Amino acid sequence: MADFNAEKPMIQVKNLAKSFGPKRAVDGVSFNVEIGEVLGFLGPNGAGKSTTMRMITGFIPPTEGTVVVGGFDILNNPIQVKKIIGYLPENAPAYADMSVHSFLDFVAELRGLRGEEKKKAVSRVIEMCFLESVVNQSIDTLSKGFRHRTCFAQSIIHDPPVLVLDEPTDGLDPNQKHEVRTLIKRMGEKKAIIFSTHILEEVESACTRAIIIDRGKIVANGTPNELKRMSELAGTVILKVRNIPAEEVVQKVKELSCVKRASIISTDGGPACLRVYPQQNITNGELARAVGELAIQQQWRVEELHTDEGRLDEVFRNITLPDTTQEVSR
Amino acid sequence: MNGLSTFISNIWTITKRELGGYFTSPVAYVFIVMFLLLTGLFTFMIGSILERGEASLFWFFYWHPWLYLILVPAIGMGVWAEERRLGTIELLLTMPITTWQAIVGKFIAAWIFLGAALFLTFPVVLTVNYLGNPDNGVILCAYIGSFLLGGSYLAISTMTSAMTRNQVVSLIISVVICLFLILAGFPPITDLIQNYVPQIIVDIVASFSVIPHFDGFKRGILDLRDIIFFLSIIVFGLFATSLIIRNLRAGH
Ligand SMILES: Nc1ncnc2c1ncn2[C@@H]1O[C@H](COP(=O)(O)OP(=O)(O)OP(=O)(O)O)[C@@H](O)[C@H]1O
Ligand SMILES: [Mg+2]
Repeated sequence: MADFNAEKPMIQVKNLAKSFGPKRAVDGVSFNVEIGEVLGFLGPNGAGKSTTMRMITGFIPPTEGTVVVGGFDILNNPIQVKKIIGYLPENAPAYADMSVHSFLDFVAELRGLRGEEKKKAVSRVIEMCFLESVVNQSIDTLSKGFRHRTCFAQSIIHDPPVLVLDEPTDGLDPNQKHEVRTLIKRMGEKKAIIFSTHILEEVESACTRAIIIDRGKIVANGTPNELKRMSELAGTVILKVRNIPAEEVVQKVKELSCVKRASIISTDGGPACLRVYPQQNITNGELARAVGELAIQQQWRVEELHTDEGRLDEVFRNITLPDTTQEVSR
Repeated sequence: MNGLSTFISNIWTITKRELGGYFTSPVAYVFIVMFLLLTGLFTFMIGSILERGEASLFWFFYWHPWLYLILVPAIGMGVWAEERRLGTIELLLTMPITTWQAIVGKFIAAWIFLGAALFLTFPVVLTVNYLGNPDNGVILCAYIGSFLLGGSYLAISTMTSAMTRNQVVSLIISVVICLFLILAGFPPITDLIQNYVPQIIVDIVASFSVIPHFDGFKRGILDLRDIIFFLSIIVFGLFATSLIIRNLRAGH
């Protein structure tokens, strides 16, 4: 693993495009992934995530553009590229007529492992993916989650420097989802990983960077926090106050110079709960401080006061639903 | 590992897996039993070896092109169709092996399986040896021819198997192609069309047929041209398979 050029990104994707007949499934996608990065791939159904991954792993040839992995071009050096990639295809395909053990053994052999080395690799992934209880079971009798884990185990059997995982947590129970996320995060320290998902919390918990792709194009690219900050609600302050009518609180808050507007989220008998929107060019935390000081001065009984960091799902919706009335941050 | 040994070991890994698949599936045993029953039926009932009292397996081999017509496409139909249906083709072709290695490995496994079924007909050989004094050289030669014949059908079946993810469709297409390969040179048919088209055309069409090429083997004549004929059908079939798979991946 050490012999890869450290200066160059492990995965370089340039102007990648794929047409299926008249349809542009992927339309000019470019990005890099370095060792130590975990890149989350987000996007609505049919956005082109799987198609992009299939081109990176060399399953389908691109219509345009290049993929370079570990310094090797996928078109000129497919075998070299495939050697350093571990791939979990969508829906976790596996040979139904094999047992878990013989399947992993088969893959290990295709990966060039033999003898003792192969044995070790197989038992390592069986342990890592919690497959001990099903090693001798035939794959067609496995539950969906176990089949998924088997295919995931297959992808890491040769401890590759690059991992491409298409929805690795699909079909797993919450505990296993957590395990796999932790595993991805841990492996990400020494590998370049791309994984796609529809679960946004996963991006926050496991990724160092995320890309949102829509209709074949990249529409956002940044750290999870950067993406969250694109939310309209990012930087707003939530305030919960007891024993004062909500309208009165709104009135007072609006008088602050750094407040653009404030809206009531809920009252219904309980504490007044409102969201305060900052003026532009307000530094982080300033709004919350100002509101806090106001509360002290007014002697409100504050139950909650915090700055909203924004929510990925909201950003995701805004970016990938451009037809709605919501603001589009393209 | 150097190039050639990687090449061979990759093919062998695939072949082993496929063979494992054949011999763990009940369908394979059904196939072998069917094969043996049908060869027995054709040989002893229709070919009536026993009544003729001939010490030769001419009639046993006479029916092989017809016997293989259904049985061989039945072996080959799943080779790629199943891979496409399960999606494992994506796994297989993103492994560090070439498509060609996968194609050849799978073909060899299917051919070995067919060879095993063919081998299990040895009681017929024992029978004729018990009945009389057959020329065992001729019999061996005919077995070689039969194995090559089955291999060519198999190459065509794996080709049609790559065309679709539906095994039945694949079966039907390959039966039609193999039927053509028989009929083009089958005497009752060639005699019939001889009346309508010039002899030269009949001969050209017949030269594509497996029948005249298999004939020599049956008589114990090992002709290089016949061997080359069958081998070229195999190479053609496998090459066409690789083109089909390439197209498939490109998504045209
Ligand atoms: N082999 C193919 N032939 C024709 N169209 C295809 C093919 N493969 C994918 N497509 C189309 O390309 C587009 C992108 O598909 P892709 O599978 O990459 O989406 P995705 O982002 O992975 O979606 P999902 O979240 O549902 O998995 C879709 O519109 C799909 O119909
Ligand atoms: Mg997908």
